[in-house]
Amino acid sequence: MAKPTARDVLLNPVFQNNPIGLQILGICSALAVTSNLRTALVMSLGLTLVTAFSNLSISAIRNQIPSSIRMIVQMVIIASLVIVVDQMLKAFAYSVSKQLSVFVGLIITNCIVMGRAEAFAMANPPKLSFLDGIGNGLGYSAMLVTLGVIRELCGSGKLLGITILPTVNEGGWYVPNGLLLLPPSAFFLIGLIIWGLRTWKSNQKEVPVFKITSHVRAEAY
Amino acid sequence: MEHYISLFFRSVFVENMALAFFLGMCSFIAISKKVETAIGLGVAVVVVQAITVPANNLLYRYLLKDGALAWAGLPDVDMSFLGLLSYIGVIAAIVQILEMTLDKYVPSLYNALGVFLPLITVNCVILAGSLFMVERDYTFVESGVYGVGSGISWALAITALAGIRDKLKYSDVPGGLQGLGITFITIGLMALGFMSFSGVQI
Repeated sequence: MAKPTARDVLLNPVFQNNPIGLQILGICSALAVTSNLRTALVMSLGLTLVTAFSNLSISAIRNQIPSSIRMIVQMVIIASLVIVVDQMLKAFAYSVSKQLSVFVGLIITNCIVMGRAEAFAMANPPKLSFLDGIGNGLGYSAMLVTLGVIRELCGSGKLLGITILPTVNEGGWYVPNGLLLLPPSAFFLIGLIIWGLRTWKSNQKEVPVFKITSHVRAEAY
Repeated sequence: MEHYISLFFRSVFVENMALAFFLGMCSFIAISKKVETAIGLGVAVVVVQAITVPANNLLYRYLLKDGALAWAGLPDVDMSFLGLLSYIGVIAAIVQILEMTLDKYVPSLYNALGVFLPLITVNCVILAGSLFMVERDYTFVESGVYGVGSGISWALAITALAGIRDKLKYSDVPGGLQGLGITFITIGLMALGFMSFSGVQI
């Protein structure tokens, strides 16, 4: 394998190897916190910081960790970082931390953090691992912010609480799409985003388990 | 008694862990390709959830809560900031112990569940169960009922999804949606279905 350069490590996860779109990591929080942009931003910031610093510290001590207990060591480092984030949020942004409720705590079990620690930080030097953490955090944030913007803008006509599209209830013209405020809409949006991403980068497509022959297809419709 | 039954049904249907709170999505999507493995993981989640939620409840009540250390003569100590670290430690330890006990005494069950147990430590459902328990301030019995109920809710959802994906294999899905994309949309539709429970008052 060619030695990864800093630029690749930082930018690849955003489109080429998106943690949510391709690696199927860290989906839980992507769905639950994106009904408005503010929580999505705070969550992305928290996750990016935790991933970056957990990668940095795990990579710094990677030669000292005995492989039989590495999971526990990683877990303890990640949990401590998450506690720091949680306490900071409680101190400086209490209302957002109430809205996020348990999801800040769930950064611990967010597979992105654990997955990157295991897959990248255990095998690479600290500086590169730090960038990889930021890169994956950015990939995650890109997805979260996109979802947050679409859901808040179309669902309630606002962005960050500021009215962009005046809704009918408030005397404007925009009829808000209530479905987008409901959690299932996040699934549809992610499904569609993946569709778009894979049509653009067609090497990410999955092969169907059963091929439907063209003859059958013509008859079926 | 009635209170516990309603709590149980609420945690299984109305507050379904997978389809109402979207927790444990990573393994929910990764392991739901076959019905048998989905059931195996589901059962493992129920077992672990039923043990860890009450265990963390005791830990929270007697060690971490504000003033919980009064029995040790330290009434002013608030250790709740250590919550996250202790819950995940307890979960990891219990999963490890469960794995060893099953291996020693019930090898048949170990063979069925063994591969899933390590996965469960990092499954958000388990940690979320404990965190919700703390947030809603359940008593010990309530937390037991809630643990079983939320475990079953997740097992139910993953089994249903595996069944649907089994059928979906034979459908003609557009190239870019193949696999992950269509799975997301399927889960979205299932979640819409489960939302109809949310109006039910028990």
